[in-house]
Amino acid sequence: MSGHSTYQPQNAFLQWFEKRLPIGGLIHSSFVAYPTPKNLNYWWTFGGILSFMLGVQIITGIVLAMHYTPHVDLAFKSVEGIMRDVNYGWLLRYLHSNGASMFFIAVYIHIFRGMYYGSYKEPREVLWILGVIIYLLMMATGFLGYTLPWGQMSFWGATVITNFFSAIPGVGEAIVTWLWGGYAVGNPTLNRFYSLHYLLPFVIAGVVVLHVWALHVAGQNNPAGIEPKSDKDTVPFTPYATVKDGFFIAVFCIIFAWFVFYTPNFLGHADNYIPANPAVTPQHIVPEWYYLPFYAILRAIPNKLLGVCALFGSILILAFLPWLDTSKVRSARYRPLFRQFFWLFFAVCIGLGYLGAMPAEGIYVTIARVLTFYYFAHFIIVLPLLGIFEKTKPLPNSISESVLSKA
Amino acid sequence: MTMHRTFIALALAASLGAVGAAQAQEHAAPKPPAQKWSFAGPFGNFDQAQLQRGFKIYKEVCSSCHSMSLVSFRNLAEPGGPGFSEAQVEALASEYKIADLDDKGQPIERPGRPADTFPAPFPNAAAAAAANGVAPPDFSTLAKARTYERGFPWFVFDIFSQYQEQGPDYIHAILTGYEEAPKGFTVPAGGHYNKYFPGHVIAMPPPLTDGQVTYDDGSPQTLEQYSHDVAAFMVWASEPHMVQRKRIGFQVMIFLIVLTGLLYFTKKKVWSAVH
Repeated sequence: MSGHSTYQPQNAFLQWFEKRLPIGGLIHSSFVAYPTPKNLNYWWTFGGILSFMLGVQIITGIVLAMHYTPHVDLAFKSVEGIMRDVNYGWLLRYLHSNGASMFFIAVYIHIFRGMYYGSYKEPREVLWILGVIIYLLMMATGFLGYTLPWGQMSFWGATVITNFFSAIPGVGEAIVTWLWGGYAVGNPTLNRFYSLHYLLPFVIAGVVVLHVWALHVAGQNNPAGIEPKSDKDTVPFTPYATVKDGFFIAVFCIIFAWFVFYTPNFLGHADNYIPANPAVTPQHIVPEWYYLPFYAILRAIPNKLLGVCALFGSILILAFLPWLDTSKVRSARYRPLFRQFFWLFFAVCIGLGYLGAMPAEGIYVTIARVLTFYYFAHFIIVLPLLGIFEKTKPLPNSISESVLSKA
Repeated sequence: MTMHRTFIALALAASLGAVGAAQAQEHAAPKPPAQKWSFAGPFGNFDQAQLQRGFKIYKEVCSSCHSMSLVSFRNLAEPGGPGFSEAQVEALASEYKIADLDDKGQPIERPGRPADTFPAPFPNAAAAAAANGVAPPDFSTLAKARTYERGFPWFVFDIFSQYQEQGPDYIHAILTGYEEAPKGFTVPAGGHYNKYFPGHVIAMPPPLTDGQVTYDDGSPQTLEQYSHDVAAFMVWASEPHMVQRKRIGFQVMIFLIVLTGLLYFTKKKVWSAVH
C-alpha cells in the first residue's frame, strides 16, 4: 500500500547514493507519497503524537541518565540534584515524568479510537497485535521508570508489583527472589530496573517500526471503515497528513506544557517526595494513574493468583479483539448498538480507574467486581453476540461518497 | 420483583451509609483551610521578605530538630529565592561548623562555605529518632511530600485552577492546629493533639508560639504569621526554581499558541482543495 515512489533525486550524489541504498525512496514512499484516506478525523493524529512523545521521552531520558545515580543511597538525592543543580534539570525531569502521563493519555485515546472505528479488523489484525505489544512494553517501562526516583511510592509500588509473581504456584517465591536479585527490593533491584528502563524504550521504538510497517502494508482505516477504492479517496501523506498531525501535536503540546510548567506534580504522588524507607509502609499504596483500572481489577478478585491472572488477562484479551468482534462492519458509525456498548465500556474503564484509586473496602469492592465482570463480558459476550444480532446501517459506496453526504 | 429491587436499593443505601460513617470516623481530620500564597497561580512569585522571615524561623527554631540536607547555603543567594547577598551568605555559612578532614586525613570541624549544605542537627536517623521519639522529617522536599485528599470533583478542577498549594496549606494547618484534645480522646504519652494531623496524635510538640521569633521588618510576630512564613520558605526549599519555571512556562505558552494558530491556518490552506 506504500505509494508508488516517484522519487528521483536531482542531485548527482543523491542519485549515486540511491542506486546503492534506496533509503530516500523508502522515506519518500512511506512519508510523502503514502496515500492516506482523505476522511481521517483528528483522532487519527494520535499516532503521530505518540511517535513525538516517544522521541521526547527518549531524548529527555538520555540526558537525565547522564545525571542520575542508580543506587539506593544516592538515587533520591541524584534526582533532587537534577531538580536543583543541573541547568534546566527541573525542566528535563518534569518533561520526562509528565511526558510519561501524556504518552499514556495519547495511547489510551489511540486505543479507544481503534476500538470505535474497528481498526483491528481484517486485514489489520497484526497491526493491532503489535499495538497491544507496544502498550504492554509501555506499561513495563512506565512502572520501571517510576521506581527510579526511589521515593516511598517507588519502593512500595515495586514491592507490590513484583509480589504479583509470588502468586504463581510452586515457583512463585523463587521467581520473585530472582527478580529482586535478593530477598527484598533493594539495590540489585534498582540497578536492574534502571538497566531495563533504559533498554525497553528502544524495544518500543523497534516494535513501532514494525507497527508502522504493518500500517503501511494494510493502509489506514478511516472513520467510514471502508477501504479506499480509488485515488479520489486518498491524499498524499505529505503535505496533507503531515500538516494536520503537526497542528494537533502543537495542540497536544499546549496541554503537555500546562502540566509541566504550571502543575508538574499533579499527576504524581506526594509520597514519592519522601525517600524510600523499607521500614515504613505508606497508608495507601497507589500506582500511577494509568494503571488504576487494572489495579481495580486485581483487587476486585479475592484470590491473589486469580487476581493477577485477571489483571494480565484484561490486557491480553485485547490481542484477541480482532476475532472476538464478529461483526463484518468496522466503523461504529454504522453500528448503532455497538456504539452504545462502546461508550458503556468506556465508562466502565473510567469507573475502574476511579475505583483503583479508592481503598479496597466496602462498597468499592462490590462495584469493582461488577465492573470487572462487565469489562470481560464486553469482550467475551457482548462483542461476539453483537456481530450476529446487530442490524447495521448501510455502508457508503466509497469514502468520497461518505464525505460528500456529510457535507 | 419490585420488592427484590427495593431490597437491593436499601442494601446499597445502607452499605453506602456504613462506608460513609466509617470513613468519617477514620478521616475525621478536617481539611486544611486554603491560604493565600504569593507564589500561587501562573504568575506566582515568592515574596523575598517572607522567605527571609521563614528562613529566620527555620534557623532559630526548626533546625534544632529538622535537617535540610539538600539545600546549600549558596541557594539562599540564587535568583528566585530569599535574595540574600553573596556576602550575607558567606557570613551565614561561616557560623556553621562542618565536619571535614584536614590535609593529614584527620577529622576536623571547619567553618561552613556557601557550597556546603545545611548540616543536620543529628548525626543519623537513629540518633534523631532516639532524641525525638520519631525522626523529624528532612525539610528539603517536605512541602511537596505533604498533602491532603482533595476528593472528586475538586481534583479535576485543580488542573484548571492550578491549585497545588496542598503542601503549604497542610503545613500551615498543622502549625496552627494544636489544641486541647476533646473529651474522651486519650493522647498517648509523647504525643500531642493536633486538629489537622491524620489520627490527631502528632509526635512534634507545638513548635511555634506568638512572639517567639523577633522580626526586623515590622511584620506581626504571631503564630499565624510565622506559620505562613515558614511554610512559604519550605515551598521555596523544595522547589527553588519555581519562579523561573512559571516565567518560562508563560513564554512557552505564548510560543505554542502562536505556533498552533499558524499550523491551523496552514492546515486549512493545504486542505482547502480537498473535497
